[in-house]
Amino acid sequence: MPGLPLIVAAAPPAERLFSLGVADLVIIAAYFAMVLAIGLYLKGQTQTGEDFFMAGREMTAWIAGLSFLSANLGSLELMGWAAASYQYGLLAVHWYWIGAIPAMLFLGVVMMPFYYISKTHSVPGYLQLRFGESSRALAAVSFAFMTVLMSGINMYSMALVMKVVLGWDINFSIWASSLTVAAYVALGGLRSAIFNEVLQFVLIWAGALLIPILGLYEAGGWAGLQARIAEQLGRTDFTHAWSTLGSFQDNPMGVHWTGIVFGLGWVISFGYWTTDFLVVQRVLAAKDLRAAKMAPIIGAAFKMMVPFIVIVPGLLGLALLPEKLVGEAEAVATGGHSYNEVLPLMLARYCGPGLLGLGITALIAGFMAGMAGNVSAFATVWTYDLYRAFIKPDADDAHYVAMGRWCTILGVMVSIGTAYLVMEFESIMDYVQALFSFFIAPLFGTVILGMLWKRATSAGGFWGLLTGTLSSIAMWAWVKLDPSALRYVALSPHAKDMAENLYRGLWSWIICVVVTVVVSLATRPKPDSELVGLVYGCTPIPSENDVALWRRPIFWAYAVAVVFVALNLYFW
Amino acid sequence: MNLDIRTPIGLLFLIIGALLAVFGLATHFTDPALYDRSLGVNVNLWWGLAMLIFGGAMFHYGRRATARLIAAAQNP
Repeated sequence: MPGLPLIVAAAPPAERLFSLGVADLVIIAAYFAMVLAIGLYLKGQTQTGEDFFMAGREMTAWIAGLSFLSANLGSLELMGWAAASYQYGLLAVHWYWIGAIPAMLFLGVVMMPFYYISKTHSVPGYLQLRFGESSRALAAVSFAFMTVLMSGINMYSMALVMKVVLGWDINFSIWASSLTVAAYVALGGLRSAIFNEVLQFVLIWAGALLIPILGLYEAGGWAGLQARIAEQLGRTDFTHAWSTLGSFQDNPMGVHWTGIVFGLGWVISFGYWTTDFLVVQRVLAAKDLRAAKMAPIIGAAFKMMVPFIVIVPGLLGLALLPEKLVGEAEAVATGGHSYNEVLPLMLARYCGPGLLGLGITALIAGFMAGMAGNVSAFATVWTYDLYRAFIKPDADDAHYVAMGRWCTILGVMVSIGTAYLVMEFESIMDYVQALFSFFIAPLFGTVILGMLWKRATSAGGFWGLLTGTLSSIAMWAWVKLDPSALRYVALSPHAKDMAENLYRGLWSWIICVVVTVVVSLATRPKPDSELVGLVYGCTPIPSENDVALWRRPIFWAYAVAVVFVALNLYFW
Repeated sequence: MNLDIRTPIGLLFLIIGALLAVFGLATHFTDPALYDRSLGVNVNLWWGLAMLIFGGAMFHYGRRATARLIAAAQNP
């Protein structure tokens, strides 16, 4: 999920959590050298626009699937969700399971054929094919703008983490990591971003896997962990995923199962995983339709396992750490540790010099994967959907590649600027994170209607997207100006931010769908001949009957779904 | 394109694994107290060895696939 729950306080405690030795620094240096070497090596093979923006459309299902997941898995997300599981218990796992797996499987099985067969290069590109230029312009502008802002905010948060954990200077962290990202993406394009994401994904596991292994060994397995948490807190609801969701009051998060299933599992999760170009771009680079369908399914299989290195360490912190971790404000006031630091604290609990360096490398790798995702997606959308579409439509291919390279560097510079802006004005962070949620839900309404409903027209698509987005902004502004409006937007005056986001997403999605349907029915339908390759019912989808059962994406989608259900039942 | 992603992944894991294993071995006798926190297990040594095995396998398969691609390109 894009919304980061992790915001480290601006004035961290003076003492750092730990300092690194020579062995640790050598490991970190080896990682940086390898990342740059990959970028340099791939530069020679990146000549055409297809190479730079689409990675030559030759990725296997495994590479596309792992980078699909890796681009989403920033290190702030790792630390943030570990913190959330310390705070809310096992409920945090829903953001990995129901909040991702159904949507990823749906993307692979139902939506991917239309994205892939249309040969589009981006999600705004698909909107242009299906609904025309105005929808594309709206989606492209909002996406490009949001992407660089988000990347700047992530960068600032990461630098802050490095300062709290290692005592590193904020300016040093920002410049060293972002210039490396700029170098390897500008050199090798999307291919370099994707390859490095796979490398970073493996490294994250290598660096973090020992924490749950040693922790579960110390706690005495899952049963021992449950017993210790029950003993520490005097309540058992921290280690159950569903059994406490029958009412708003009975669980640590104060949510109801309907909010989790419909708000998180449907609108927010489907919106993010199926229309956020940052992640979809990785799958569009797959070498054929079968690989494109398999990629999100492979990603889903690994996504299901991520809680082992994120949620479990948070719970272990709850069971094993001698001190009680507190909220950010209290941590600053008392000099204690906040739960946002639970992952580094657990790392320091088990790993001395040597492995500590590997763990820190994993955190840096996670951050760089997320940032590379942002800038490579920004470069594609800007170059193809804005620059080529509206500014300079008929330049040659080499011109656009050069544009993409410069855009990558420009995107990183704007991100750095944003990071410094946020450093000056902390509150911008809240605004931008809210902004991000404005576009996702309505965009999902437009794309899903476009793919599955032939009758949707160009005007319908554009007006649905516009009113959906505007209504989302309006609801947010209404609550900002008049907090009592919360009772209308989120159905309850006591709703927390999370609940407000879920409901705002749901309303704006419904508005988008209703407006799209009404305007479409009032305007002239597009002839079927213009919809070939874009819409369900007009697109010949290659049959998979001649492929062996175990090579079919649908077979693996069912396999993942079975494990998904089993996990939810086991941790009920 | 002739870069198999397994090759650089394998290489990086071989480098880091070797480093961890050597560091673990060196500190095993000089500074055993270093491993009190990891429940008495020399995690640097064992995790380093695990990374060496994983890295070696990745490197091997990556190189083999690349060699086959090149051979196939030379004898169509």
